Amino acid sequence: MRRMSQCLLAALLGAGSLAAQSAAPEIAYDSTPSLLKLPEHIYLGEAAGVATNSKGNVLVYTRTGGGNATLGGSRTFTHGGSRLFEFDRNGKFVREIGQGLYGFLFAQSVRVDSKDNIWVVDRGSNMVIKFDPEGHVLMTLSRKPESVGDAGRGGGGRAGRGTGAGVPGDNFVRPTDVAWDAAGNIFVSDGYGNSRVAKMDSNGKYLKSWGTHGSQPGQFDTPLSIATDTAGNVYVADHGNKRIQVFGNEGEYKTQYTDVGAPWAICISPGPHQYLYSSNSNDTGNLDNGEIYKMELDGKVLGKFGSAGKLMKEFGTVNEIDCRNPNELYVGELTNWRVQKLVLRPAR
Amino acid sequence: MRRYPIAAAAVLWMAAWPNFAQEGGGAPTVKAKAQNVPDIPFESAPNFLKMPPNLYLGEGIGVATNSKGHIFVYTRSQATRLFEFDAKGNYLREIGEGLYGFVFAHAVRVDSEDNIWAVDEGSNMVIKFNPEGRVMMVLGRRPEAVEAMPMPPMTGIPPAEPYLFNRPTDVAWDASGNIFVSDGYGNSRVAKYDKNGRFLKTVGSRGAAAGQLNLPHTIAADKQGNIYVGDRSNSRIQVFDNDLNLKTIYDQVGAPWAVCITPGPHQYLYSSNSNPDNNNSQIMAVTGEIYKMELDGTILGKFGKPGKQLGEFSTVHEIDCRNENELLVSEITAWRVQKLTLHPAGAAAKSSGRLP
Repeated sequence: MRRMSQCLLAALLGAGSLAAQSAAPEIAYDSTPSLLKLPEHIYLGEAAGVATNSKGNVLVYTRTGGGNATLGGSRTFTHGGSRLFEFDRNGKFVREIGQGLYGFLFAQSVRVDSKDNIWVVDRGSNMVIKFDPEGHVLMTLSRKPESVGDAGRGGGGRAGRGTGAGVPGDNFVRPTDVAWDAAGNIFVSDGYGNSRVAKMDSNGKYLKSWGTHGSQPGQFDTPLSIATDTAGNVYVADHGNKRIQVFGNEGEYKTQYTDVGAPWAICISPGPHQYLYSSNSNDTGNLDNGEIYKMELDGKVLGKFGSAGKLMKEFGTVNEIDCRNPNELYVGELTNWRVQKLVLRPAR
Repeated sequence: MRRYPIAAAAVLWMAAWPNFAQEGGGAPTVKAKAQNVPDIPFESAPNFLKMPPNLYLGEGIGVATNSKGHIFVYTRSQATRLFEFDAKGNYLREIGEGLYGFVFAHAVRVDSEDNIWAVDEGSNMVIKFNPEGRVMMVLGRRPEAVEAMPMPPMTGIPPAEPYLFNRPTDVAWDASGNIFVSDGYGNSRVAKYDKNGRFLKTVGSRGAAAGQLNLPHTIAADKQGNIYVGDRSNSRIQVFDNDLNLKTIYDQVGAPWAVCITPGPHQYLYSSNSNPDNNNSQIMAVTGEIYKMELDGTILGKFGKPGKQLGEFSTVHEIDCRNENELLVSEITAWRVQKLTLHPAGAAAKSSGRLP
């Protein structure tokens, strides 16, 4: 309840929250040069997803190649266009995972769970795909539309952006991200088409979903990113509404943070004291904003760093943040086609 | 998609009636092509590029050389691909295989530090590779394919955005590394960025008045930082200063499909009045030649005619003139790159060839 009233206060004092935004202290940081060593004939395109596993290996899910369309008798079929690469902690290329995979169309994000399983969210195929640490497919959620004409309908998801509630199954419409609680329940932010969060149990069985398109508490406008804390609370980057919404494990609305711009990518660090990072990424058509915020889970802004641009240390539409180590972040950038490793030096 | 027939019609119309003066307030007159321009003798090296087995060029869209004489060819193959050859035409490698930004090739250029820049008309991107072939910077953004639906018919050209292109065509740099992009088939402008890719300014809108552009198809910079824009459908080269203020117009060299400016103390400007790629034989009869000019527009000579044989041109799409008398030309409809060795006459002949 205290959190609620704080939030209400913040909402009432709009000017105050703006002041908080600009007053956030700058966090010093460096970017590691020549981070990822790409083999000959391997290129990153838009680096939509980046995540690390427990060994510090770096997974990159990138939009690359050209997606291909195959003319069928009466329909057109799409395939290709995204690839998943693994690097070791020094940036040395280890392998490609899922080469030619049916669900790899338009990379959106990659996350690694507590057992080092690799989860890919593909906005083109509408799928969430779980790989084991060896790179074998363990589970799939939702279904790739059969052909081009089906794309906007999400392969069975009948709800579009208008209502945005989705169907009470697991079909997504342009999903964006995935997170898990300690029990292994799965939360999917869904997404560009639907405006909801879907919850599945650890076996992929649909449990519930919440949210419709709108700006009220509990509603969403393009939920772009999702994260959970150790207590099982669910944090959703409600990009279009310029806020992070926090829900309990069953989807009950708790609070919102409105002083960190339009959150494009969020992550929560592990460990006894968890931090929340959120990127106010520049839109893909400009070089405005771009700063990343470091916050307490209760929404208190501790500092910020960075801005949009094309040089090292600058950001080109950060689409995903990995914060397994709270002072060693990986960011995947859309418009700079790269992954940066950022070493933060927060003041003590 | 209405712009296709309009542009095609304009090209045809201007080529068929080159003496027709264009009307309109402040619009420049489209003059006749220069007459009595001396021919520059030249030859084309036979079997120049050696392709490895099972590797083919498609439409020869872009060609450029680096400081070592290596040759970069950007081609519309089954996929759009970028190949590197040594100075003798031996195949070295492919760059950017399967790249996200390689959709429909339009131009390749090499800057003073041997970085390779590809301009892709299909992805709406300009991609900078370092000499090793790694992506250093990208400008523009490929439209997201997730909708996977055919684009609705265009009812108008949306206003140009600073960081997005609409079918860009070419790129050039001044001495301090500022980047100039001709943009292009959709937009009608030149955009200027600093060397770090930050937008500075833009000039141009669609039209035929001075300073307006109708298909800026090719662009080059001289040592002073002046910018030469091949304003193709207006059949003129427009010259802007470094801040993109219009300085002058050269309109006696047909439709400039490809321009380039030589390095060195005395710079020359080459411009190709390429035969259109629709293989129209009537238009081919009055196009296809490449002009050699002083930077001030004085025409020094011309050479070439349309055709499919060696030493003839099939819609020249890009010229490399790092070496003033050793040009490389890529051709759309012949799927090839030719190396041309020019034999310009001596100083006396050159001066007699000057036009008033």
